[in-house]
Amino acid sequence: MSDQLAPPPREATQPGVPQRMRMRMREKLILRVVSKALVPFILLFALYVQFHGDFGPGGGFQAGVLFAAGLILYGLIFGLSDLQAVIPLRVVEVGVALGVLIYGGVGVAALFLGRGREGMGNFLDYNALGHHVGEFGVDAHGQHLGILLVELGVGVTVSAGMLGIFYMFAGRGLKRGQE
Amino acid sequence: MNTVLVLILFGLLLATAVVIARLTDLFAAAMLTGIFSLLSAGLFTLMDAVDVAFTEAAVGAGISTILIIGTLSMTSRREDQQPLRLLPFVVVVLTGAVLVAGTLDMPAYGDPEAPVHQHALYQGYLDSAARDFDHIPNVVTVILASFRSYDTFGETTVVFAAAVGVFLLLGGRRRRQGTRLSQLDTAPSRSPDDARPGAGEES
Repeated sequence: MSDQLAPPPREATQPGVPQRMRMRMREKLILRVVSKALVPFILLFALYVQFHGDFGPGGGFQAGVLFAAGLILYGLIFGLSDLQAVIPLRVVEVGVALGVLIYGGVGVAALFLGRGREGMGNFLDYNALGHHVGEFGVDAHGQHLGILLVELGVGVTVSAGMLGIFYMFAGRGLKRGQE
Repeated sequence: MNTVLVLILFGLLLATAVVIARLTDLFAAAMLTGIFSLLSAGLFTLMDAVDVAFTEAAVGAGISTILIIGTLSMTSRREDQQPLRLLPFVVVVLTGAVLVAGTLDMPAYGDPEAPVHQHALYQGYLDSAARDFDHIPNVVTVILASFRSYDTFGETTVVFAAAVGVFLLLGGRRRRQGTRLSQLDTAPSRSPDDARPGAGEES
């Protein structure tokens, strides 16, 4: 367990290191129990914000940040290595790019599915994703599907990005703690 | 009731800001910045800007506090005491005065005659959102993800670029042997202390 986010207690005597942060948080009963109870609900709420963003406040960005925050809470209490066992760095790296690709992919799909003047649609024109254009030139189902998909792309990129930044910061502190 | 809540939140915001500026304990200051964000989120909620409040609470109070504390673990916990210098103080007070003077010209909160509500584009967006997007009640989502999806695509790319930048700067893994960077890393240094990443920030 020496590979935890919070290094062993001998670090506590080092100058310039916040003493409280150097204690092993996993050993604190209240933190452990409360965080274990909270994390699933934070993640569930993030998914709710993600897929309910067209009805209530929130959307991909907020959902992504919430999802990352829930996982980071787990990492803070149980250690970086435990968190990386759930979500390896490789997944985070792929996720950051995947979200942008989903977003861009919706745009390209609209480009090819659309039937404009020259046989091609417009980039990110969600009307092309539907089947029936309404009387005002807007396809309700296409727009809904497009918004849902691009929000998903935003959510994936933001959550992976936030988590990755946390990995980098925490990993740096870890390297120092071991030396 | 609403006004009383707004005044209380503003008072707490002001008090938090003054305390952050005066504290030399950086750990406490980091926690207080989180509280500052939470208070502003409450204020945004009272002003009916729930989407903004949501983002402020998640990013300001959540992620950025964690990142500040993460940075703090690599540096000193206390700020060096600095004597009050006159020139920076005057510059800060003047900038603040200019900002306050700027707000005096702004339309009152919720004023229907405000220029932003008179613009043709605003009416066009709201009319279309109410008429064509009645199955998506959140106008903010409609504007961000559909009307202005190019902008949101750009923002997502910015998040992507920022994350990749941090990976490149702080990641430092999977460097191939024989490249210049890895030679720099393994080069013998003057003392073991120098080889430690971030040793310079401490001294």
